[in-house]
Amino acid sequence: MPQREPLIFEYSRAGRGASDQWPHEADPAALADLPAALRRAAPPQLPEVGELEAVRHFTRLSQLNFSIDTHFYPLGSCTMKYNPKACNQYAMLPEFLARHPLAPESSGQGLLACLYELQEMLKAVSGMEGVALSPMAGAHGEFAGVAMIRAYHRARGDLKRNEIIVPEAAHGTNPATATMCGCAVREIPIEPEGDVDVAALEAAVGPNTAGIMLTNPSTLGVFERRIEEVARIVHEAGGLLYYDGANLNAILGKVRPGDMGFDVIQMNLHKTFSTPHGGGGPGAGAVGVGARLVPFLPVPLVGREGERYRWLTEADLPQSIGRLSGFMGNTGVLLRAYIYMRLLGREGMQSVGEYATLNANYLMARLRAAGFDVPYPRRRAGHEFIVTLKRQARELNVTAMDFAKRLLDYGFHAPTTYFPLLVPECLLIEPTETESKDVLDAFVSAMSQIQKEAEQEPARVTTAPHTMPVRRLDDVRAARQLDLTWKPTPP
Amino acid sequence: MAFIPHTQADVAAMVDAIGVARIEDLFDEIPPGLRIKSLAGVPTALNEMEIGRLMSERARADGAPLSFIGAGAYEHHIPAAVWGITTRGEFYSAYTPYQAEASQGTLQMIYEFQTMIARLTGMEVANASMYDGASATAEAALMAVRANRKSKAARILVPATVHPHYRRVAVTTASNQGLKFEELPYCTAEGITPSASLARYEGQDITALIVQQPNFFGRLEDVDALTDWARARGILVIAIVNPTSLALLKPPGEWGARGAAIAVDEGQPLGLPLSSGGPYLGFMTARMEHVRQLPGRIVGRTLDVAGREGFTLTLQAREQHIRRAKATSNICTNQGLAVTAATIYMSLMGPQGLTRTAAAAHARTRELIAALTRVPGVRLAFPGPYFHEAVLTLDRPVAPVLKSLSNRGILGGLDLSGYFPELGNALLVCATETKTLADVERYRAQLTEAMQAARAA
Amino acid sequence: MSKVPADLKYTKSHEWVRALADGTVEVGITDHAQHALGDLVFVEVPEAGRAVKAGEPCAVVESVKAASDVYAPLAGEVTGGNGRLGGEPQVVNSDPYGEGWLMRLKPAAGALSGAALLTAGEYQRVLEAEGG
Repeated sequence: MPQREPLIFEYSRAGRGASDQWPHEADPAALADLPAALRRAAPPQLPEVGELEAVRHFTRLSQLNFSIDTHFYPLGSCTMKYNPKACNQYAMLPEFLARHPLAPESSGQGLLACLYELQEMLKAVSGMEGVALSPMAGAHGEFAGVAMIRAYHRARGDLKRNEIIVPEAAHGTNPATATMCGCAVREIPIEPEGDVDVAALEAAVGPNTAGIMLTNPSTLGVFERRIEEVARIVHEAGGLLYYDGANLNAILGKVRPGDMGFDVIQMNLHKTFSTPHGGGGPGAGAVGVGARLVPFLPVPLVGREGERYRWLTEADLPQSIGRLSGFMGNTGVLLRAYIYMRLLGREGMQSVGEYATLNANYLMARLRAAGFDVPYPRRRAGHEFIVTLKRQARELNVTAMDFAKRLLDYGFHAPTTYFPLLVPECLLIEPTETESKDVLDAFVSAMSQIQKEAEQEPARVTTAPHTMPVRRLDDVRAARQLDLTWKPTPP
Repeated sequence: MAFIPHTQADVAAMVDAIGVARIEDLFDEIPPGLRIKSLAGVPTALNEMEIGRLMSERARADGAPLSFIGAGAYEHHIPAAVWGITTRGEFYSAYTPYQAEASQGTLQMIYEFQTMIARLTGMEVANASMYDGASATAEAALMAVRANRKSKAARILVPATVHPHYRRVAVTTASNQGLKFEELPYCTAEGITPSASLARYEGQDITALIVQQPNFFGRLEDVDALTDWARARGILVIAIVNPTSLALLKPPGEWGARGAAIAVDEGQPLGLPLSSGGPYLGFMTARMEHVRQLPGRIVGRTLDVAGREGFTLTLQAREQHIRRAKATSNICTNQGLAVTAATIYMSLMGPQGLTRTAAAAHARTRELIAALTRVPGVRLAFPGPYFHEAVLTLDRPVAPVLKSLSNRGILGGLDLSGYFPELGNALLVCATETKTLADVERYRAQLTEAMQAARAA
Repeated sequence: MSKVPADLKYTKSHEWVRALADGTVEVGITDHAQHALGDLVFVEVPEAGRAVKAGEPCAVVESVKAASDVYAPLAGEVTGGNGRLGGEPQVVNSDPYGEGWLMRLKPAAGALSGAALLTAGEYQRVLEAEGG
């Protein structure tokens, strides 16, 4: 079991440093013009360590992590598929890395060609008329989408429309985004089979409806079977449809959100298009729109005139919702998504939806056969599905959290736990298309083993994990006794 | 090729276990009319060799001109170890650290980052990053409105000397929640915000004042006077501060008598390549009293059940996945890998390295200004102190001069005439430690020729 | 089974109300609520002097897994919040009906009699319907 790694500050010694990395000392006279009143009194308290010490420290820290490169990581709603090394290598070519964001277009035609083609490919897979790449995460893309819906209504003088409808099972970013856009949130229930309650929707729409935010397949892992009806109801009431693209992996190459009636979509490039999760980003939330929302797209985006590419700005889109990024978004991430889409091509993209769905349905079938309960037994899984451990919690006092922690000991990262909130004691499991049958079978074995332990030796599960660098952490203490920055212990 | 490992035998066994005849049957719940026939808009697949070649050609087409542009993104030396370690699979392909026991590497690294960035800015607490400096500024404004209970107006004063893109992003992000941003005029002769422009707000309900140091022009604002004015009136100060400059300049925690409330900016100079604008990293630090109003993720240190130290995400009840409609922000994914790089960079540079970098950048900019102002028709726009970038005015339009320089392989700076027409033919130039005296001399010589060519035309 | 003292009044959103001798009321969250939230890590109470309407969110209780608003059960003016909870939020868990009170209100004219508060029995039935 890996040992605890000290903090970098604990290695620090006055006078140490990676001096090979420092520029030569400047002439002190060069600083004379900086007013004394604005000067820092003492140098900043950053660690003083040698290069090897720093390298060892951070390398050892990395070894304390689970990652896709090392472990099966079936986090529902996160799409932890393989991040191809080629995407990183070619996105990090020195010329791409060295280019300043405000460099002229004439020295950026290569980059702009990649970004333009990315926009076009994303339009093709989503069935949309326009794409902008600057939102820097899914939630950021959601913000852009809802802001565009609002701008559209206001441009038509429809100022009362400020209510966004959201199913109860929606991801937390959806209502949070609606609030950030100054909209009110109206929740509607889900039917027992997992579809949106269409009768409730009909009652909820009206002259105040700006739109509805949905994902399809939904967060429950099942396809919204009455989506065409939902689209009709919302459109007839004067609202627009927003597609949360977090689950696009299930339908990539099989169905296009534009064809389902959606007016706007954000695509999580760090999910479906395999850019790295990086321990929490950076991502990219490219946003796609149907024709009526094109004028409102956030700037900048890439346009083409003949053979030349250029940035389109507020001057080109006077009704744009505006700028979301200091520059043009997470360009390095966009390049990785571009390379991934070129590597897959149209043939590969069609396989993604198929094999992601195959893997999820196979895993669900095998887990059911092994005795686990699923809330929607009569439904097909999309690219993910839910297992509920309600029965184990009631009969054995072993919860979804306990299973999740014990899975770590078996060398699997746990699935998503306790989301969606609608299903008690749930695990949301998304294998993705890049996992082999062998890995899925091993996961089923582990779950079966843990079930046996829960029946025969429950303490082993409820006190898991046992083999990780730390045991279960005291969250309550973390929130009550806030220790958010390191301070040296007083002598 | 989609990195799919299944053999035909695998597929056969799997469809059998599910109880269907073929994979297609798994899509039988989807209305047939919705199924797409083909993805004609997507080109056919390339193999890795082919994409490698295409990308190399495109990168080469863009070349690597000598750049003297700053304006919010700065070229600094990045030690090889920074990305060598950051691109390790265990950091690169890990997820957000929700399962703390399986993510101690990422969590501890973020805790170290929080500590370093709080110290650098002279503040007490930090979050684990926002998307970039501009969006961090917008979030800081929203935070100030939440934190400043005494103010009801949601009015934010923003000097015109704050980066124009930051101002636009703040408006796009926050005006839907009722925030009003009001521009403070600057002194066109000095390039800074005079205290006098605050006078007209005397006695009014203002929620926050934003101050950028160095400002967009590279000029140094009178941060003490501005901060004290705001503090005395119950107005929260939001500081936007370049992290390299903080090695030499007084941090926002020490501005005026009692310091700023919130500090943000772009962490790109800390080990992130220019990369055409991203991914960057917006840092955000604050006084401890405001910790519950901080958006985004925060890592805390705690104990496990065996009494051992460990790290975990904390204060999550503020975040979208729990609080939903009442969350402090909708942010979920942030800039994790960029934070990793910045933490390694700050560790390798340390106080001495960062100080030398700041000093070398400042010295080189001074040499650049001295050289360029020797070219006829070029003068320094603002007489007062600047840090690592400055504004020049030319005696003729800037755009043709920049084009001529660009043809000679030099990116001379940012043309300000679109952003600040009142400054005339203004050019923002920057030099960091990555430029040599020979580079500066080359720019001077090429500028001389470019000016002459423009005059002749 | 959560405790539901008979001498208090309740709301559907799991607040309790105790009429005090001086005409003010004391407000807190019920045993059911504190149990559902889990260990509290932070409590925010309103300042004295603040006017509140019935149903207006005026306090926040935060645990590791949730942060919930507490709603004013009737209209009135806050006379004080429980200052002890700043340092010891866990008191709400251990003694929700006693030391864990959140705030005191002076009801607006007619607010107390006009308020749609539940008796202990009615609140008990709300809990049973919720399955708690």
